Amino acid sequence: MKGFLKRYRFFLLTILITGALFIINGAIGIRALTVTAYSFKEMLVVLPPIFILLGLLDVWVPRELMVRYMGEDSKMKGIILAFLLGSAAAGPLYGAFPVAAVLMKKGAKFSNILIFIGAWSTTKIPMFLFEVSSLGAKFAVTRLLVDIPGIIIIAYLVCAIIPKEEVEKIYKNIEIM
Amino acid sequence: MNTYILYGITIALLIISFVKDKKKTKMALKKSWKAFENIMPQILGVIMLVGILLAILNPEVISKIIGKESGIFGVIIASIVGSITLIPGFVAFPTAAMLVENGAGYMQIGAFISALMMVGIITMPVEMKYFGKRLTLLRNAFAFLFTFIVAFIIGKVVG
Repeated sequence: MKGFLKRYRFFLLTILITGALFIINGAIGIRALTVTAYSFKEMLVVLPPIFILLGLLDVWVPRELMVRYMGEDSKMKGIILAFLLGSAAAGPLYGAFPVAAVLMKKGAKFSNILIFIGAWSTTKIPMFLFEVSSLGAKFAVTRLLVDIPGIIIIAYLVCAIIPKEEVEKIYKNIEIM
Repeated sequence: MNTYILYGITIALLIISFVKDKKKTKMALKKSWKAFENIMPQILGVIMLVGILLAILNPEVISKIIGKESGIFGVIIASIVGSITLIPGFVAFPTAAMLVENGAGYMQIGAFISALMMVGIITMPVEMKYFGKRLTLLRNAFAFLFTFIVAFIIGKVVG
């Protein structure tokens, strides 16, 4: 029970806040629940296949293959693959982290992981098409052209600043998750 | 549409995996479940938080603060609002188009959309669980600063 409370304390806190919203303003409370119901549905639809895919990835893709294509010496190949994997993804950003964890377990380089997350967050192909239709091609293409180098620069900057030991710690932490 | 493709691929791969090796497939599903169960508490919290924030910061409120004349101040506000909200793309883009129609500037919208996608204050609990506090803060801080570059260039090219 105590473990449950500790694990779910953040969730329980948000339930309390939603409850408080209801007391302060019923309409806002209902709106909050409507949005939550919508996101919850999205989660139920999108997350199961993502997690099944990452389970399959974990079991079937040998470490050597991942190291060769996304590891320390993967260079351009790794960057492109990280972009493609992230851009082909579906689902909200929080779906990217567990996938990133499996890639790391298999020996993907840290900068490639950051590129993968960046791509997942911004350069998703279906989203791009949607952006073109809503805000126009000029807007969407400009953003894409700025975002691609931006994602790579941010990945390398973060890698340069974070000490090696910390990266190793993150890899170890993911290993035991 | 996209979801169907995702399901199609997943089911096809699952069948191939099962035909090739039942035991390995079982192991894969076990790993899937473990990974899912592991991150569940954070994701549930994030989803509730999204509801709370979007209930308070609805499109009408957002469009008021990032109007055309809002300038740099509007860009900053747009980045902050984009950073703390989490709106699915297929809601965000039509919303952004609507905001532009109502007089929001392209520069502000560029900042808003970029922050929305790259900076995830609400998803930080999930990100920290995997990458720790420092890396999460650093990545989001850089992404936040980057939204200004995107906004500036979009303002030059489009606006």
